[in-house]
Amino acid sequence: MIPKEYQDKLSKSIVDELEANIPSNSSDAKIKKILDATVAEYQDAQVEAGESVGVISAESIGEPGTQMTLNTFHFAGVAEMNVTMGLPRIIEILDGRKNISTPMMEIFLKKPWSTGKDIKQLARLIKETRVKEIATEIAINIVERTIEIKLDSEQMKALSITEAILLKAVQKPVKGYNNKIKDDVLIMKMKGKDDSLNDLYKAKEKVKEVQIRGVKGITQVLPVKRGEEYIIITAGSNLKDILKMEEVDETRTTSNDIFEIEATFGVEAARQSIINEVYKVIESQGLNVDIRHIMLVADTMCASGKVKGITRYGVVSEKASVLARASFETPIKHIINAALIGEVDKLNSVVENVMLNQPIPIGTGLPELIIKTRKKE
Amino acid sequence: MVEEEVKTEEVEVAEPEKKEEGRAEQEDNFVSKMVNSVVFSVLSAKTIKKMASAKIVTPELYDKEGYPVDGGLMDIRLGVIDPGLKCKTCGCKLKECLGHFGYIELARPIVHVKFVTLVYNILQSTCRDCGRILIPDSKIESAKNELNRIEFETGIEERRKGVKDIIAKVKSVNKCPHCKAKQYKVSLEKPTTFMENDKRINPIEVRARLEKVTDEDLEVFGMNAKFVRPEWMILTVMAIPPVTMRPSITLESGERSEDDLTHKLGDIVRINQRLFENINAGAPEIIIEDLWDLLQYHITTFFDNAIAQLPPARHRSGQPLKTLTERIKSKEGRIRHNLAGKRTNFSARTVISPDPMIKLNEVGVPKEVAMKLTVPERVNDWNMAYLKEFIKKGPGVYPGANYVIRPDGKKKKITEETKEAALEEIQPGYIIERHLMDGDIAIFNRQPSLHRMSMMCHRVIVLPGKTLRLNPAVCHPYNADFDGDEMNLHIPQTEESRAEAEILMEVQTQLISPRYGLSVIGCVQDTISGLYLLTKDLEITREEAIDLLSSTGLQEFSKLPRKSKISGKEVFSVLLPDDFNFTGRAKNCLKCQTCKKEDCEHNAYVKIDKGILVSGIMDRNNLGEGSGLLLRNMHKRYGKEFTLDFLGKLFRLGINVLLRTGFTVSISDTDLPETAKQKIKETLAQAEKDVDELIDMFSNNKLDTFPGKTLKETLELRILEVLNKARNQTGALVAQFSDKDTHTMIMADSGARGNLLNLAQMAACVGQQAMRGKRIEKGYDGRTLSSFKKGDLSPDAHGFIKNGFKTGLTPAEFFFGAITGRDSLMDTALRTPKSGYLYRRLANAMQDLKVEYDGTVRDAGNKIVQFSYGDDGIDVSKSENGILNVKRIIKSLG
Repeated sequence: MIPKEYQDKLSKSIVDELEANIPSNSSDAKIKKILDATVAEYQDAQVEAGESVGVISAESIGEPGTQMTLNTFHFAGVAEMNVTMGLPRIIEILDGRKNISTPMMEIFLKKPWSTGKDIKQLARLIKETRVKEIATEIAINIVERTIEIKLDSEQMKALSITEAILLKAVQKPVKGYNNKIKDDVLIMKMKGKDDSLNDLYKAKEKVKEVQIRGVKGITQVLPVKRGEEYIIITAGSNLKDILKMEEVDETRTTSNDIFEIEATFGVEAARQSIINEVYKVIESQGLNVDIRHIMLVADTMCASGKVKGITRYGVVSEKASVLARASFETPIKHIINAALIGEVDKLNSVVENVMLNQPIPIGTGLPELIIKTRKKE
Repeated sequence: MVEEEVKTEEVEVAEPEKKEEGRAEQEDNFVSKMVNSVVFSVLSAKTIKKMASAKIVTPELYDKEGYPVDGGLMDIRLGVIDPGLKCKTCGCKLKECLGHFGYIELARPIVHVKFVTLVYNILQSTCRDCGRILIPDSKIESAKNELNRIEFETGIEERRKGVKDIIAKVKSVNKCPHCKAKQYKVSLEKPTTFMENDKRINPIEVRARLEKVTDEDLEVFGMNAKFVRPEWMILTVMAIPPVTMRPSITLESGERSEDDLTHKLGDIVRINQRLFENINAGAPEIIIEDLWDLLQYHITTFFDNAIAQLPPARHRSGQPLKTLTERIKSKEGRIRHNLAGKRTNFSARTVISPDPMIKLNEVGVPKEVAMKLTVPERVNDWNMAYLKEFIKKGPGVYPGANYVIRPDGKKKKITEETKEAALEEIQPGYIIERHLMDGDIAIFNRQPSLHRMSMMCHRVIVLPGKTLRLNPAVCHPYNADFDGDEMNLHIPQTEESRAEAEILMEVQTQLISPRYGLSVIGCVQDTISGLYLLTKDLEITREEAIDLLSSTGLQEFSKLPRKSKISGKEVFSVLLPDDFNFTGRAKNCLKCQTCKKEDCEHNAYVKIDKGILVSGIMDRNNLGEGSGLLLRNMHKRYGKEFTLDFLGKLFRLGINVLLRTGFTVSISDTDLPETAKQKIKETLAQAEKDVDELIDMFSNNKLDTFPGKTLKETLELRILEVLNKARNQTGALVAQFSDKDTHTMIMADSGARGNLLNLAQMAACVGQQAMRGKRIEKGYDGRTLSSFKKGDLSPDAHGFIKNGFKTGLTPAEFFFGAITGRDSLMDTALRTPKSGYLYRRLANAMQDLKVEYDGTVRDAGNKIVQFSYGDDGIDVSKSENGILNVKRIIKSLG
């Protein structure tokens, strides 16, 4: 509907908005009038060159930061799980922390499963189950040189773990033992005779943590109905393994762990994920921050091709200027390192020029004009 | 000079134009030079000697007359700190002379602490005999190339990591690939002792080894031989910083108190002297070693007095000395405190108070302040007479002048005595510093300056009284209130700064927040209540309407309909421009499926047609800050000046309505009819019963657990759910039964202050006190307070407050309320520094991002961060809540 020449002049979202809102019965002349007006307004609304967008974005996120609550909150409804929200979550994201406090996934499913087919079963399969969860007692029989694990048969039934599955799972990680199950007790007998008691203890600790089933790292699963379809929300995140499952819709499944997203989908996805996660928190606090500011922060974090936190080890360490780095944190370190290679500070950014009492090359300080004053006779 | 001893900052001066001789003095103010770049490097012994203007030989400071000793640490060749003396090096007086470096010759080489790790690395990875790096010749080149590649691809930081890896690999080599000499393990005994095979390598030996390292090999260590040679890190001469950076203070008693650095330097010179003497006298090795170590200690602490392995050098009083490193680093250090942060003159600070009768972009300044703050005005032929008037009045009479500045820069105070002389003297070119007057430009600020609206430009209006006055409408951007807040005022002193402040910072230019693209200034508090009452169903006589409008500052009433009874909406419409159209929703809009538009029984459909408010109530949704498009559209259509003026009028109108109708809050506002009370009681009783049931089920193990939760957690969640529901129900009951016309309700409905929940808490039930998303848990063993039974799970025992504030709380309830109150206090106290640090990091990381002329966002290194700002290049402060309002455009074109 909208001519190409106009589409080139406007952004995609505005074109879509126009498509949706121009009354279908309008005449061509009127459409042209509307388009011209939109283009004019769009051009008026463009950022001016030299605008210090970075500072504005920092302000726009820093200022509402003081109004955010520190507490972690329940996430949507009583029955669902705890997710870190508020300021701690924002700090966590922007720090570029590798281990986040509450990793979480939203697993979308393909057709038959997304309607709720075997959803509980599927969820159970995903959840990581360890030996200690189905054991009521783990004991060491020193005389017999065995580890005796009393099994909780009810729990096993609930998780539909059969004895065969258990035996198979235990076999591999803990070697050198003969395993059998008798009267709900898993007896692991040491094969070698000379092995010390110490090894028995070690094996006991090891067997406790043996994973019987599920995806590593997923500690909790929760099937929920979202709109028309069923999805699975998990505590713990392991995108790589989850995406391998055939039931999973890999196009929509996400995690809140930015580094995991970077590793599986790449930086562009990680950037989008930073934007989504930060925006989610800000929105949940009832604050109004424009998405562009968050985008700029995400872009600064990802501009190097890798996700870098906004810390002295991350984004700040990549600045070109020695003085700018020194003015942030650990000034001595930066000055000394600069001296060793004879680093030159070109004074291109803000703080250095503030330090030297010179105009800053941003905004009104950007144009460099030399005015020749008339010579005095 | 940042770190005097370690490195110079060579300042390359770009000279766009050679300074011409015989220029008029006033043109000296123009900056014709600019620092182009700063180079960092390490000082060599040679450079230190070259740049020094004195050799320091004696630890004495002053002679008997109190005159600085030649060759002492306060030598006047190093600069002057006493008024009256002249610097022997440059001949300048105090404040003119920047100071000059000196040096001392060290009796024995000393390791520089700040370079210990680097020296250690070099010792470990070079040959002890031939000094070559322990990499075969064939591989050196490839290692260098690899490092260069890393630097090119990922930057200097990564290169440093690469260097580290190489060193880690090389240090285990035990045979030199060049001269085949056997290598021994070198270890570092912190802070400054190097050991090889448990034998100490003294700094002379270390230095000798470092000298042997070739320039080419240094590249692998990430060093550039042009700027630094490793042997420079073992000091043989030491630079003495100029006296001007370590001035002594004269105490009241006339005694001199020296700077920490001078103390430290005194120690160094003294020990160095003794070491010399002992060496010359041929003292036993052990004594020399001891003195050497002592000198090492003093020099080490001179650079850094906070090294873990060394006891810090202290004053006699026991407090540690502040030496070079401590001077530079941290918030109070040179960089953040003095370089990145500046201080200013021509500023004022006092308590603020409100004055709704001044304009939004004005600031009321007390006369006392106005007589101290001045604006410089340059005399010319045309304003001579005008400026002379100020001098005539002098500093004591307002509006007068305080100083006259002669073209040569001499500043003269105007007093009763000098007044006449000044009047005689002035001629074009002189500058008069006259008192602050109405209409002058001032920058007004309240800390914490979290966003750019925390610092805006206002017009001065000199008022009686002793506080700074501002229109309460601008409180929101400053986040100010009047409970004792103080604010700062700055007076720009040059034409350029005034122009910039006026064009970029004045209040009207800041109306639209760059954070969300809506007006940050709107009606608040009483104004909202007032306008709500006015536009709801008020009807007044024409006379009253005119009185009302004229007291808001209007003179033109032709828009008022010619009838005797005039509705509030019509009064409001008078403020609106004639061709303004707007539709919006009021706060009480129920968002029905099909909107009845103008016929809405709640009066929630706001429609302005051709400047007439046809329907709807004006409340917070449309008039408040950061909400609704009414103000935004007005700004877009009629511009900033109009909007500012409109806001001022709105404000005064709102207040005047309240003045005439009267507005008060009373306890009876929270009264409820008997039936409502009964119902509330029933709801609470029911909730309690439900909880009891849950507890019963829990103790009988009949409760279904939520997935991933324990039984106890499930119970807690279920109880919370029930209790929250109960509280919400009471809230609904209060909303249903309480009198809609009480002023408390009006405030809640209009959004002026408070909400229904507050009212419900007063009238009916305060509700569950939650801490960290849970009910209040045990304080004592198994119970919250000693008045409950152990293991009691009932609502009462875990912080459910069933009374309202009016009926009063029981002691236990009050205590629970206090618990959450304290908790939220703690939360705020803990949050502020955290968010402050986050903000600082963000600002630091992003401060140099700017939009280039090609529309891309780049950082200072010209690296592209975004190809187009925010994907569409729209400036948020020019948008409408972050979007380009297509619907409005279509509508406006019919």
